[in-house]
Amino acid sequence: MTDTFDIAILGAGPAGMAAAARATQLGASVVVLDEQPNPGGQIYRNVDQASDVQHRILGPDYSHGRVLTQGLRDSGALHRAGATVWDVTRDGVVTYSQNGKPEQISARHLILATGATERPMPLPGWTLPGVMTAGAAQILLKSGGLVARDPVLIGCGPLLYLLAAQMIAAGRKPRALIETQSRSDMWAARGDLAGALRGWRYLVKGAGLMAKIMAAGVPRYTGARDIALEGQGALTSVRFTVRGKSHEIATDTALLHHGVVPNTQISRALRLDHVYDQTQRCFLPTVDALCTSSEPAVSIAGDGAGIGGAKVAAISGQIAALGAACQLGLLTPHALQSAVAPLQRQRAHELHARPFLDRSYPPAAQSLSPADATIICRCEEVAAGDIRRFAKLGCKGPNQAKAFGRAGMGPCQGRFCGLTVTELLAQETGQSQDETGALRIRAPLKPVTLGELAAYDASSQDT
Amino acid sequence: MFDPLEPQGTNQVQFQFEDRQLSAPQGATVASALLGAGITAFRDTPVSGAARGPFCLMGACYDCLVSINGVTVQACMTPVQDGLQVKRVGSRQVDSEGAV
Ligand code: FES
Repeated sequence: MTDTFDIAILGAGPAGMAAAARATQLGASVVVLDEQPNPGGQIYRNVDQASDVQHRILGPDYSHGRVLTQGLRDSGALHRAGATVWDVTRDGVVTYSQNGKPEQISARHLILATGATERPMPLPGWTLPGVMTAGAAQILLKSGGLVARDPVLIGCGPLLYLLAAQMIAAGRKPRALIETQSRSDMWAARGDLAGALRGWRYLVKGAGLMAKIMAAGVPRYTGARDIALEGQGALTSVRFTVRGKSHEIATDTALLHHGVVPNTQISRALRLDHVYDQTQRCFLPTVDALCTSSEPAVSIAGDGAGIGGAKVAAISGQIAALGAACQLGLLTPHALQSAVAPLQRQRAHELHARPFLDRSYPPAAQSLSPADATIICRCEEVAAGDIRRFAKLGCKGPNQAKAFGRAGMGPCQGRFCGLTVTELLAQETGQSQDETGALRIRAPLKPVTLGELAAYDASSQDT
Repeated sequence: MFDPLEPQGTNQVQFQFEDRQLSAPQGATVASALLGAGITAFRDTPVSGAARGPFCLMGACYDCLVSINGVTVQACMTPVQDGLQVKRVGSRQVDSEGAV
C-alpha cells in the first residue's frame, strides 16, 4: 500500500522543517523524508542531541535550530528519518529505503528541500586520505564529537571563517588559513557593498569571526595559488604560493571549502528547468516568487533553489508551504498574498549581503579551471586534461563526456564533478554553461542493492 | 587527525576494523568512529588502487565505502554498533555486492 499525503517534503533542514510546520498549520497532511536519523539538515545536524559543550562551541546560530526541530515535532507532520530517496516522479510518487527496506509514498505536491553541497574543489592531491571538506569537519563537531588536530583550512568564504572560529572556541585553533580570494576580489565587490550594508548583520558577524581568528593568532595566507596537497597514501603537507613566494606546511589534515552549491540531484532527475547563475557560479533550478518550479506541483525551498543560508531557507520553506497550500485549495489566493508578502520582504532583506559575499569570495580559479593532471572525477579518477582532450575530439556536453571517459559514472553520480565538467567543457568549446548543460540524473538517485530492488519489485506487485 | 571534543562518556561500543579492536561513542557513525581512532584511509579505489577515506561525511561523495557483513556501505551514513565487523574495501570488492 502506498500512503498518500497532500505534501511530501524531501529534506529536514531549515527549509523542510519550516515548510512542514507551516503546511500542517494550513491543514495539509504532510510527510517529511530525510536521510539522517534526526531532523536539522547539515546546518543544524544533531542539534537536539548535542551537548552543552557542543552548543557553546557551535554558537547561538546553531542552537537556534532547536526552534525549528521543535516546530517540526509539534506540527504533527510525519517525519520519516533515515530515509534514502532513490526515485521521485513528477506526479508525486517517492520511492525510498528505510533500514534497507524499500518504501513508497505519494503526494499531491512535492517540496524539495535538499539543501546544498560543498562546491567541488579539485586541487592536486584532493583525493588523499586526510583531505576533507570544511563541511565534513563541521559535521564531526556537531555529531561526531571530534575536532581536527592542527588542520589547514583551504579556500574562501564565510563558512571557512566560521569553522576556524568554532575550532578556536573549542580550544583547538587551526594551523593556518590558506585563502584563495585576493585583494582584487574585494575591490571588485565594492559595488555591492552599499546593498550589503542593508544586510549589515551578516557583515558584523563576519567581522566578529575575523576578529576571533586574528586574536587567536592563526596565520592567514591570502591570494594563495598553485595549491598542492601532497603525500604518499595520505596527506603529509600542503604547498602553495603567495605573490610568487612558495610555502609549505606539514599537516595530515586539510579542510577545503570555496562555497556551497544547490544540491540539484532531485530537481535534475525530475527534468525541471535550471539556469546557470553567473554570480553564484552554478546551476539553479528556476523558481518563481512562491518557490514553484517549472512543474507547478513541485516547489523548491532553501539552498536547493539558490544559496541564501539557513535563515533564508526557513523563510522560503514557509513561502513554499503557503504556495503549495493555495494550489491544493487550502488557502485562497487572497489569503496567500497577505501571508506571503511579509515573508518575501523578510527574505529580500536577508539576501542583501549575498552579492557582496559572492563577489568578495569567488570560487578559487585554480579549481574552476584545474591543471590537466588534477583529478576532477573522484569516483572514476578522470583528470581535467582528459575532459579538455574530449572537448578537442568534439565532446560538447557532460553527458557525452561520460561516454568518452566515464566522468560522472561512479557512485556519486557527478555530485563532485558535474559542475567542473561543465565549466571545463564551456571553457574549451566557448559555449555558455547553459549551452553546455549538466549531467543527466536518473534513478536510482543513490546506489541501491539488488536485494532492495528485488524486495521493491516484489512489494509493488502486491499493491 | 581528530581528537574528542570532550572526555568520552561510558556509553561506548566495541567494534572491529580489519584486525583492530576499537571503541567509539554510542551513536557515532562508522566514519567518525574510524576517524576518532586515527584511521583516515578506508579503502582502495577500483581504478588505480589509491587509498581513499571520507571526504564529505554527508553521504554525497561515496569515498567512505567500507564493507560490513559483506555488504559495501557508506561509513558516514552507517551507525556504529557493538560487535560490528568493518573491513576495508579493496580494489576488486567495490562492486561485488550488486550496488547498481
Ligand atoms: S564521506 Fe562522502 S559519502 Fe561518506
